[in-house]
Amino acid sequence: MPDGTQTLPVSTQDLRGWYEQLLVIRGTEKAAFDLFMSGLVKGTTHLAAGHEGVAVGASAALRPDDYVWATYRGHHHAMARGLSPEACLAELMSKGTGACEGKGGSMHLTYAPGNMMGSYAIVGSHMPMAVGSAWSAVLRETDQVSVAFFGDGATNIGAFHEAVNLAVVWKLPVIFICENNLYMEYTPISSVTAVEHPAADRAAAYSLPRIVIDGNDVVTVRDEVGKAVARARAGEGPSIIECLTYRHYGHSRTDPAKYRPEGELEQWLMRDPVTVLRDQLVEAGVGEDELTVIEGRAQQMVTHAVEAAKAAPLSDPREAFTDVWADGGSQWRT
Amino acid sequence: MADLTYREAVAEGIAREMRRDPSVVCLGEDIGAAGGVFKTTQGLFEEFGPARVWDTPISEQAIVGAAMGAAMTGMRPVAEIMFSDFLAVCWDFIANEMPKVRYMTGGQVTVPMVVRTANGGGLGFGAQHSQAVENWAFTIPGLVIAAPSTPADVIGLMASAIRSDDPVMFFEHKTLFASKGERPPEGHMVPFGQANVVRAGDDITLVGLAWSMPIVIEAAEQLAAQGISAEVIDLRTLVPLDASTVLGSVARTSRILIVEENPLQGGWGGTLASIVADEGFYDLDAPVKRLAAANVPLPFATHLEDQVLPSVATTVTTAAAMVNS
Repeated sequence: MPDGTQTLPVSTQDLRGWYEQLLVIRGTEKAAFDLFMSGLVKGTTHLAAGHEGVAVGASAALRPDDYVWATYRGHHHAMARGLSPEACLAELMSKGTGACEGKGGSMHLTYAPGNMMGSYAIVGSHMPMAVGSAWSAVLRETDQVSVAFFGDGATNIGAFHEAVNLAVVWKLPVIFICENNLYMEYTPISSVTAVEHPAADRAAAYSLPRIVIDGNDVVTVRDEVGKAVARARAGEGPSIIECLTYRHYGHSRTDPAKYRPEGELEQWLMRDPVTVLRDQLVEAGVGEDELTVIEGRAQQMVTHAVEAAKAAPLSDPREAFTDVWADGGSQWRT
Repeated sequence: MADLTYREAVAEGIAREMRRDPSVVCLGEDIGAAGGVFKTTQGLFEEFGPARVWDTPISEQAIVGAAMGAAMTGMRPVAEIMFSDFLAVCWDFIANEMPKVRYMTGGQVTVPMVVRTANGGGLGFGAQHSQAVENWAFTIPGLVIAAPSTPADVIGLMASAIRSDDPVMFFEHKTLFASKGERPPEGHMVPFGQANVVRAGDDITLVGLAWSMPIVIEAAEQLAAQGISAEVIDLRTLVPLDASTVLGSVARTSRILIVEENPLQGGWGGTLASIVADEGFYDLDAPVKRLAAANVPLPFATHLEDQVLPSVATTVTTAAAMVNS
């Protein structure tokens, strides 16, 4: 680990809150999968089930006015920053109550009220943007921090390297958080990458420390991101944090993930972030009855979101011609 | 007094906006103390300092991407891409990000930024530093496209570009940098989507943009000597496109010749021609004609480049044939 900064305190109340957040996101991802299978969600989805620990842990270390940038696998990040499960599922179902009025869909979830600046589906493209929001915070003399979440596959694209280099050169308050789930789409990341740890092993090239952590432990993620946030707010520049995690579903809806070696998923399911946090709660003395109440509440929230999203009308067809320009319209000629 | 160069107008246009709005910042390669490789940011670093004029590495994706992130969070960045050919190395941001973010977030975020770039041929830089690429941008809904031909329009359109809440591609032309014109008064603005009727005429409409404006203006002079009265229109912006000024002109002249620097294949004149053919068909007494670059890479040698690009001579010959046929 890069420094000896003391870890942040953890209260049982924190753990309870994070557990419920994990459950709501997991439940929403499962609902998205089921809605897809029943034909109510079009296009594609890239589910983050298994990655929730990174989103919940990082969010716990951030302020509401910090900026978050995500990839096309970004439901968990939008929800961790406050997007409701209903607005998430409604967007996937092309409904008028969806987060982006049906113009974004699963791959472009955005929640501006939580400074969640969008989900980007061209690999790596949002990383320079996160550098830009960090630059903006410096220019406006706020102490806001920016976070770019990205997959292991993004570390082999040019925008990653341009972004990290510029962030270091300009000493910007940005944290690059890699969700290393071992697979670049359908291909093991190790078979297409020159280093063992695709993000962390590149850090030295940019004069940054090598940080690899357990991404399935919310508390670990919160602590490590918290240290990076403190460095960023203190004007000490960017960090790269590689979180080891695992995708419970395939890359996208059409991928049954047959390329995984036998037993790998089962092994990772034992390290499921939900299970890890539940064990921590039990260890902290929270009883089964209380856990059951939290689990029931989360389930109820998701069930309600599914019903509400199903009941909502499709977005207005006229929405196709709004929001191209800042005046709200789409006129391009006289 | 025509004492302001197009080159100086770029820096002055940016400086005027930086003086009135502290959220305007510049970034790009060699734009700071060096003043830009084309000297189009000369004096900005001295006046506004390193806190507002930022030198970058050769990282076009980071330049445009960082400008986007800053634009989406309260700033008005002006990013320089040194040669417009280099837009190809950050094309993801120009094609997939800048013009789409507002739309695909359902209007949750805006991207008030300008990408300035030195466009076009005429200086013998060869196939990778001479292209006119305004038509690349013209294929993408969601980008404003400005391409001024005079120093006053540089300042006026720069003011509109920097104050716009939409992403703007601002094409400065390399062969026009040394040209001179009137210094416009403080507060001068040229609104987007207003073509400039540079010369009134009755027999034929000549439409140009940026590089082709000196060509069509000189061609109109020579046509006048032949007794042909040409109306000359400078589009100034491709998006928004002032089609109504062009259609109104064609309604009187009944002929239109469009002169472009970008290649004939996929050039912006194709879209304008289709609008005129569709909405102005019954006004026409001659086929809609286009002169554009030949469909070859732009060669290095001047005598070869001359073979590829439209000229005053080809413009005069084509226009005269249209009127006299």
